[in-house]
Amino acid sequence: MYNLIKDTLISQVVTLWQVMMHMFVKADTVEYPEEMPYMFPRWRGRIILSRDPDGEERCVACNLCAVACPVDCIALQKTEDEEGRWYPEFFRINFSRCIMCGFCEEACPTNAIQLTPDFEMAEYVRQDMVWEKEDLLISGTGKYHDYNFYRVAGKKIGGKDKGEALNEAVPVNVRSLLP
Amino acid sequence: MAKIVIDGVTYDVNPDNNLLQECLSQGLDLPYFCWHPCMGSVGACRQCAVKQYRDADDKEGMLVMACMTPASEGSIISIEDEQAKSLRASVIESLMISHPHDCPVCEEGGECHLQDMTLMSGHNYRRYDKKKVTHNNQYLGPFINHEMNRCITCYRCVRYYDDYAGGTDLSAQASHHHVYFGRHEEGVLESEFSGNLVEVCPTGVFTDKAFSEHYTRKWDLQTAPSICTGCSVGCNITPGERYGTLRRVVNRYNSEVNGYFLCDRGRFGFEYVNNTDRLRDAVKQGGGSSEKLSTEQVATVIDEFKSASTIGFGSPRASNESNFALRCLVGEENFYAGYSDSEHEATQLIVQLAKDKAFNSPSIREIEKADAILILGEDVTNVAPRIALALRQSVRNKARELASASRIPQWQDAAVRELAQHERSPLSILSTYVSRLDDVASDKVIDTLPNLASMAFALANAISDKSPNSTSPADEYKGVIAKIAEQLQKAKRPLIIAGSTSGNLDLIKAAANIARGLNQQRSEPIDLCLLVPEVNSIGMGLLVNADNSLQAGLARLDGGSATRAIVLENDLFRRAPKTVVDNALTKAEKVLVLDQFSTATSDKADYLFPATAFSEHEATYINYEGRAQLSFQVHQCATGAMPSWRWFGEATDIESLINRCTNEAQGFDKLARLLPDKGSFIAGMKIPRQSHRYSGRTAMRANLSVHEPKQPQDDESVMSFSMEGISSQKDASLMASAWAPRWNSNQSISKFQDEVNGELKQAHPGSLLIERDIETSSYFEPSSNAESSENGLHVSLAYQIFGSDELSARSSSIQQRMTDPYIGLSPDDAEAKGFKHGDSVSLGATDSTAIVCIRTSIKPGSVVIYCGNSEINAAELPSQIEISLNEQAEVLRGIKGLIVSDLLEEEY
Repeated sequence: MYNLIKDTLISQVVTLWQVMMHMFVKADTVEYPEEMPYMFPRWRGRIILSRDPDGEERCVACNLCAVACPVDCIALQKTEDEEGRWYPEFFRINFSRCIMCGFCEEACPTNAIQLTPDFEMAEYVRQDMVWEKEDLLISGTGKYHDYNFYRVAGKKIGGKDKGEALNEAVPVNVRSLLP
Repeated sequence: MAKIVIDGVTYDVNPDNNLLQECLSQGLDLPYFCWHPCMGSVGACRQCAVKQYRDADDKEGMLVMACMTPASEGSIISIEDEQAKSLRASVIESLMISHPHDCPVCEEGGECHLQDMTLMSGHNYRRYDKKKVTHNNQYLGPFINHEMNRCITCYRCVRYYDDYAGGTDLSAQASHHHVYFGRHEEGVLESEFSGNLVEVCPTGVFTDKAFSEHYTRKWDLQTAPSICTGCSVGCNITPGERYGTLRRVVNRYNSEVNGYFLCDRGRFGFEYVNNTDRLRDAVKQGGGSSEKLSTEQVATVIDEFKSASTIGFGSPRASNESNFALRCLVGEENFYAGYSDSEHEATQLIVQLAKDKAFNSPSIREIEKADAILILGEDVTNVAPRIALALRQSVRNKARELASASRIPQWQDAAVRELAQHERSPLSILSTYVSRLDDVASDKVIDTLPNLASMAFALANAISDKSPNSTSPADEYKGVIAKIAEQLQKAKRPLIIAGSTSGNLDLIKAAANIARGLNQQRSEPIDLCLLVPEVNSIGMGLLVNADNSLQAGLARLDGGSATRAIVLENDLFRRAPKTVVDNALTKAEKVLVLDQFSTATSDKADYLFPATAFSEHEATYINYEGRAQLSFQVHQCATGAMPSWRWFGEATDIESLINRCTNEAQGFDKLARLLPDKGSFIAGMKIPRQSHRYSGRTAMRANLSVHEPKQPQDDESVMSFSMEGISSQKDASLMASAWAPRWNSNQSISKFQDEVNGELKQAHPGSLLIERDIETSSYFEPSSNAESSENGLHVSLAYQIFGSDELSARSSSIQQRMTDPYIGLSPDDAEAKGFKHGDSVSLGATDSTAIVCIRTSIKPGSVVIYCGNSEINAAELPSQIEISLNEQAEVLRGIKGLIVSDLLEEEY
């Protein structure tokens, strides 16, 4: 009898006590949507395309995000301006397929594609979940403020000639005999 | 066979090769840059270091470069040795010191040999913190992009461009860590084979400029094995499609045909497939308006044409299937040739010679083995470019011979070249103008076609006195005739090249006589390479009866014995005089034309049906040697175009049509062997055209509708339009593209070869259709020479790699290299007539104009006419012509940029 009480009743009473004590603990949930929850900066939500510190598009249309995407929901096409800078002609994400895994951000060599803490993306019409470059491109640098791919890479673009990238010597004069 | 031990495992290898080649042949991974299967070793990059041990007791070993070490009997080596691995890692680290950190914006990224080798060697972080060496780029023409910062100085580009392809305008400049690969000044790369730099360069220094304009990574391209339709060689290619347009063409290895290289017409001439002026719908036209036809109406139209009074004109640029289906529709006796009458006669002769046991039609691999070559009247570089590249290798057989006499291994590229200096196997060229092969020719004779023919007959007579002589050639040629005859007789493997593009039947007959004379002196068949201009000239030639020439067909329309005509993928105004075609097509009650584009012929059509381009259908083509090859469909056609045979309603699927052609058409009994064996596929699954990394499938059409359509089905072919299926394990010729784990570039092909440079595993390189069953010893008589008049210049035709081919001339990058039609004149004739370089002239009685191009090599009294992309109708040109100045003529492109070596000095 004693054992029965010890094994069942006490346990029940303890459980009831603990549940009751939760009445005095601060709630983890908030009254969304009246009150917004705090979102951590690295939370994986809505995908954006950012700009470099000079205000130019960061995306160079290298296609690495598209190939990393496990649901293949990113499609883009490379094009080039007159001075050799690569950028996407179109950049499309089908958010109705996106699983917010963040692989695209990990694959991006220029910090262009970033996941943001915004999650309010529900739509009544599924077609509205297809986002084009105009919808994705923001005017700021996103989470990474300083990186500018073209300042590091050796490719010549408008405003940056050969030899002007990070750690580059002036172009070689092939006619010179000097060492 | 020798036995060597690699990392404790014994392998049977070929002792004539080097260790690197044998390691790759055994399927082992060993990084390399400067070695190339076709170009041998120079030991420049130091990347293939391995440890070699003296004997089983040697525990220390020494580091050697695998590409510079013979795979001799009993060698013991280690690839996995720690010291070898760390040397390879530090070599690649130093090669990468100045690499510009731009893989994301590099067209090579994802199929880069340097990326693969870096990963394989284990280098990943740049420790060197000093400045990077940089270089300025050059403009290299419409085909090739230059990004010199990416260079790792492996020297492959100059070894390919200068040593292998005979180019003169790409060189290594400066010294030490400043080495630069480029032209002496900015400008168009002159070689017709410059496009191969894209694949030869292990990194992104030379990239495909036309591809870059609509760039897609290799893994995103939908690809399938295909055949180039630019000329009669039938090189194997891999075209790639994305978002509904064809993006690029790369080489597809075929051990017998093109090996590792293509010409620039083949690589860049595909863009017409994407042109917006392609025909889209089946229409009925007339009276200036056109009306779209429904499927039922199309069937009625075809029924209308199923009558005995319908004749059909085939096409040398259409597939066997389309030609055969047309022949089935109209009947064999009503099926007429789709090329000019002179070409018809020549092709019939070529087909007849292809059945002769005394000769052999050499594949490109066999051409490379020739050690004495005679070219009769053909401009190989502009007619069948890939063969010109092969000829540049065959003249090196002398060097190979010298090397084996001095016991230097053939793969010691630099040593073999150094030993031979300018010693070459004899290459003699008889032609009407100086060709691009002249720098390697031992003898060249430039004269008019009749004179060349009489000289060729004299040469045949000098080899065998049973061969009839014609009018004796000029005395000045006696010496050279004797010399060429001796060279051919002495050679181990002589090769005679002639063909139908010279427009002179006697040259083909003389070539046959020479080869027969040589054949009677030895037991084996003699290589007789007879060139034709278009991809399926031979295929159509086999299907058409000897009497059914083009003009015979046109005469039937003109005479009224035929009232309806079907013209298959052909512009007859390029093939016969304008008035003749005009009259015939006007008299015909109804004309049905099928084509990719509207042409002068299609303007005359009552019904015009759109046909698919080479990448949009599965088809077979027969190349110059009679080799039938299968080309797969790469992508679906977005418009209403269909393969021509499908419009005819003669068959419902390609396989049954090929089988029917095999059974019914004479000479096609081996065609069905090309069809892949469906039993060899794993679980009956298809072969995917898309790579396993293909991206964007759920987004590429999402702008149209977020509801994804079902993947397009391919019910006929063994390949699927998706990633679904399993790559063929048994038939390497069915690979969508060359890829192996850790080998993303085209260099992965070594994983699919029996051995390096060998056949693809279990794949057949096409099937030779024409059976050699005729044994004869009779020689051809020269045709009686037409009396030449005193007036007018002797006409011969010139060709250009960029422009002479009808379809590739519609590609935008090719158009940037095209010129207007020109006439080549000797300086004497030009002076006598008062013409200056660049003047516009009228040609005799024709209403065509051309631009004067003064060339020093041309024989006075003769004129060389380049017809452009049919601006001049070659069928209208007489054998002798008067030329007069015409200042009103319209000049579109001019002739600037024409690459010929004998322009008058002052004109440069």
